[in-house]
Amino acid sequence: MRKRRIAIADHVAEALLFNRRLLVAFVMVVLLFGVLLLNLYQLQVVKYEEYSTRADGNRIKLVPLSPNRGMIYDRNGVLLAENRPVHSLELVPEQVKDLAQTVQELAKLIVIDEEQQQAFFKEVKQQRRFKSIALKEHLTEQEVAILAVHLHQFSGVTLEARLTRNYPYGDLFTHALGYIGKINEKEYKQLEESQQSANYAATRDIGKVGLEKFYESQLHGTVGYQEVEVNSRGRVIRTLREQPAISGDDLYLSLDLGLQLKAQEALGENRGSVVMLDPRDGAVLAFYSNPSYNPNLFVHGISGKNYRMLLNSPDRPLVNRITQGLFPPASTIKPLLGVAGLENGTVTEQTRIPDPGFYRLPNVSRPWRDHLKWGHGYVDIYTGIIKSCDTYFYDLAYKMGIDKIADFMTKAGFGRPSGIDIHEENEGNMPTREWKKIKHKQNWGPGDTINIGIGQGYWQATPLQMALTTATLINTGARITPRLARNFHNQQQDQSLLLAPEQAITVVDPNNWAISREAMRRTAQQEGGTARGAFLGATYDPAGKTGTQQVINIAAGQKYNAKAINERHRDNAMFVGYAPHHNPEVVVAVVVENAGGGGSNAAPVARIMMDHYFTPAAEKPALPTLAEIALMQEQRAAQMLAREQRYAEEKAAEEARKLKRQQQTEPQAVPAGTTESTTAPAAAPVTTTEKPATIQDQPQPVVNGSTTEQQPGTNSALTQTQSEDNSIDD
Amino acid sequence: MTEQEHQSRLMHWHIDGPLLGALLLLIVIGLFTLYSADGHDLAKVEGQALKVAFAMGIMTMLAQINPQSYRRWSLPMYVSGLFFLLIVEFFGYTAKGSTRWIDLGFTKFQPSEMMKLAVPMAVAWYMAKHPMPPRTRDVLAGFLICAAPTLLIAKQPDLGTSILIAMSGVFVLFFSGMSWRIIGFVAALLAAFLPILWHFLMYDYQKRRVLTLFDPERDPLGAGYQTIQSMIAIGSGGIEGKGWMQGTQSQLEFLPERHTDFIFAVFAEEMGLMGVCGLFLLYLFIIGRGLVIASRAQDNYSRFLAGSITLTFFVYVFVNIGMVSGILPVVGVPLPLVSFGGTSFVTLLAGFGILMSVSTHKRMLAKQ
Repeated sequence: MRKRRIAIADHVAEALLFNRRLLVAFVMVVLLFGVLLLNLYQLQVVKYEEYSTRADGNRIKLVPLSPNRGMIYDRNGVLLAENRPVHSLELVPEQVKDLAQTVQELAKLIVIDEEQQQAFFKEVKQQRRFKSIALKEHLTEQEVAILAVHLHQFSGVTLEARLTRNYPYGDLFTHALGYIGKINEKEYKQLEESQQSANYAATRDIGKVGLEKFYESQLHGTVGYQEVEVNSRGRVIRTLREQPAISGDDLYLSLDLGLQLKAQEALGENRGSVVMLDPRDGAVLAFYSNPSYNPNLFVHGISGKNYRMLLNSPDRPLVNRITQGLFPPASTIKPLLGVAGLENGTVTEQTRIPDPGFYRLPNVSRPWRDHLKWGHGYVDIYTGIIKSCDTYFYDLAYKMGIDKIADFMTKAGFGRPSGIDIHEENEGNMPTREWKKIKHKQNWGPGDTINIGIGQGYWQATPLQMALTTATLINTGARITPRLARNFHNQQQDQSLLLAPEQAITVVDPNNWAISREAMRRTAQQEGGTARGAFLGATYDPAGKTGTQQVINIAAGQKYNAKAINERHRDNAMFVGYAPHHNPEVVVAVVVENAGGGGSNAAPVARIMMDHYFTPAAEKPALPTLAEIALMQEQRAAQMLAREQRYAEEKAAEEARKLKRQQQTEPQAVPAGTTESTTAPAAAPVTTTEKPATIQDQPQPVVNGSTTEQQPGTNSALTQTQSEDNSIDD
Repeated sequence: MTEQEHQSRLMHWHIDGPLLGALLLLIVIGLFTLYSADGHDLAKVEGQALKVAFAMGIMTMLAQINPQSYRRWSLPMYVSGLFFLLIVEFFGYTAKGSTRWIDLGFTKFQPSEMMKLAVPMAVAWYMAKHPMPPRTRDVLAGFLICAAPTLLIAKQPDLGTSILIAMSGVFVLFFSGMSWRIIGFVAALLAAFLPILWHFLMYDYQKRRVLTLFDPERDPLGAGYQTIQSMIAIGSGGIEGKGWMQGTQSQLEFLPERHTDFIFAVFAEEMGLMGVCGLFLLYLFIIGRGLVIASRAQDNYSRFLAGSITLTFFVYVFVNIGMVSGILPVVGVPLPLVSFGGTSFVTLLAGFGILMSVSTHKRMLAKQ
């Protein structure tokens, strides 16, 4: 009974207890929901901004858009560097079922060689699956046509078009324009350092040399961006926003296509250079170094074979002779040296000295010979320049002294960078006492000064410096800064790149400068002038000065016989000139290597250039069409190949001869064949050393496999640049 | 048809109207979320709807059975469940490193699902035999009933399910009036047990999940990835949400497991805090209704079982949302009646079937 009572009482109590527990449970549930809600409030309200940003960061990616590179035009608006679409065959591995088989089938349609296939599969392994990878680049129009027809049979295979640089005039403007090529690791680093890497996010190429490098920042333009939405695997779903890229500014040059063509034509197959500039503002009108090379090769990645040929050619086509070729300026400096003497008071207009055919220092037995064996008789400054009398200038230099000469000449523009708008430049050498002490650990001797008097000895100058210093003479001591580029052009404005001349030399008497100029006029126009022959009948009042630079020393008593000596030891022909005499518009400097005398070999080239310049526009010959240019380019390429062939044969023959001679004269300590080469003075335009460079006679180092090694014996800045920069398809 | 008639017709079919309405609403919300979460694949949603219909059928069926029958079947079900768990232990089918299934050839059977109902039923059966509040030894017996399947399931390993099953049993003990002293003691024991659990019983991946909880950024591409992406999805939804099918985290597939365990993040991203509040109210209504049913139940067995089923349902909701929103470690618990899946629907709706049975059979017992 008792038990039952308890059970009944428990029944109510149990319900009560259970309901209490239910209430506790419900309160707990509500509390825990509150905890969840509090947390969600924290996420969705308090930290909403943060998570919203992170969600956008997940889905929104910026795709950079490459800007179109600015075009380059000549002074008349002729297009010299353009952007042309190139097609490439690309595959997206994610969308291709069987990669190997697809590649095999594509290879049946167009030629895809082993090397390209290997490179492709290597890239496939490295890239993410949805990224497009090029199987073959630079497709020909025919290949594009074939692929376009068959493309529907493949999935994940596309034809992509991209803009790349093209230089329609081939080798004609190479040393001025330079070229662009794939950005290398070092350049990436530099871009990063200058905080430009973002701007190059979509850019593949960068200026490697020449104007393309110098004006890189303006030619390049500004990167654009496309905001795209991507999914978790990085595939682009749609474009949200686009900020277009801003094209690079167009560059207009001072160069003139017609003058360039004339320069190329006038030099023919000779090694040499022509530079023509405007002495009033430094605008460079013609800038051609021969032989040149086709820059388009480098844009597309030059083959190892072609690159080795250019690098190893004894003609040094990669070297910009105008700014990197170093020559003793020889007699071309006589007018300026004359001004220096007059201004310094070393000589006057009336000073006359006797010239017996040689010059001798007191107490020195060694004579300095005049180029005229029997002498010029009594010589004043006019005759000294017109007939290029060496003795007069030996005397002047000796009396004036190296310090004053070097000071004057450095101010005029020798031995210093010209400031031209390309980076490939040697500053040459205007020797001083200090320089010789440091460089050769020897004291400066009077003989050194005498050599300077005729622009020889340690004096080394580029053809550009020869033109530049002639402009300084014309401008009565005002030095110009040469400029290949004239102005940038974009939607907003034209920006001139020319710089005003700077009065570098303090003038004592302007008449002194006029004396030398008058002498130069007579050189080109008066009976007996060394350049008169070249300028017979010229109507534009020309003036100039010839120079003949000896490549080898001719021992006293010996006669220079061009035919008897090695071609590369013949004299370098030089000429600097300007016109019209009273109001000069152009200065020309010509160097024709191993051609002989300056009057008969370099001056005629200058004549051709000036004739063309002064021909009224209407009478100028029509410019060749691009098709004709292409044909000329082909011919020149063929000529180059033939020359290289000949050099190789000559080298082989020479080595065979040497070997034979060596065998015959076995007992002798020194083989006779080497004597000549060790005594030859600077003949190569590529050397900056004062030691006679003999690279032209030595066998070229064979570059095996990698062409990126620097050649021993050459100290050319260009050689270094090229070997570091170019991607070689090896 | 009047409201009364409506009610009585549902009564006739042993269906609890408010509960059914709330469940249907929740299921429809789930299907819409699933459509958005899983690539707008109508076929998949239809497939899911079919499974849901099947589960609803089972729920209706179970609702017809008298609670007294459940009581009678409690012990046999529990014993056979244990037997199946032992079969799993020795002959089970293994997938993804866990042995949870018995391969029947045409389908795979997961005994732990069955235990989700069998354990509370068995504990309720035992506790209902004794007057409330239970004696300590009865409580101990109840714990023992929970412990056997819990340990077997934890060994599979399936820590999440084993804890849920243990809790469903413990809830019965709680409702049976287990004294607060014992509750405090068990809580203290659990706290003491945690280090043992951590050092000796938990697998590395489980430990990683727990560690990740405290600092998801320590392994953003590995264990923390899911949590980070899910928190980004929820947080970026803001108050109003990005709109149905507009959630970038889910639509662009940054969110993993978005149609199963992490579907709440899809919902929160697209519907925002406002939608979340609505969803919470719906869940709270269902839970409240379950507790009301338990309160109105006529015998202790029905009370305990209904209360336990309801609270277990809440635990599912809490654990899932807690792990998706980053306050609980990632354990494989789906969001009840929303996450994609068939088995969980059957188990859950079976539970609601029992609830409805409790709700609709009381008057016929006429025990009052």
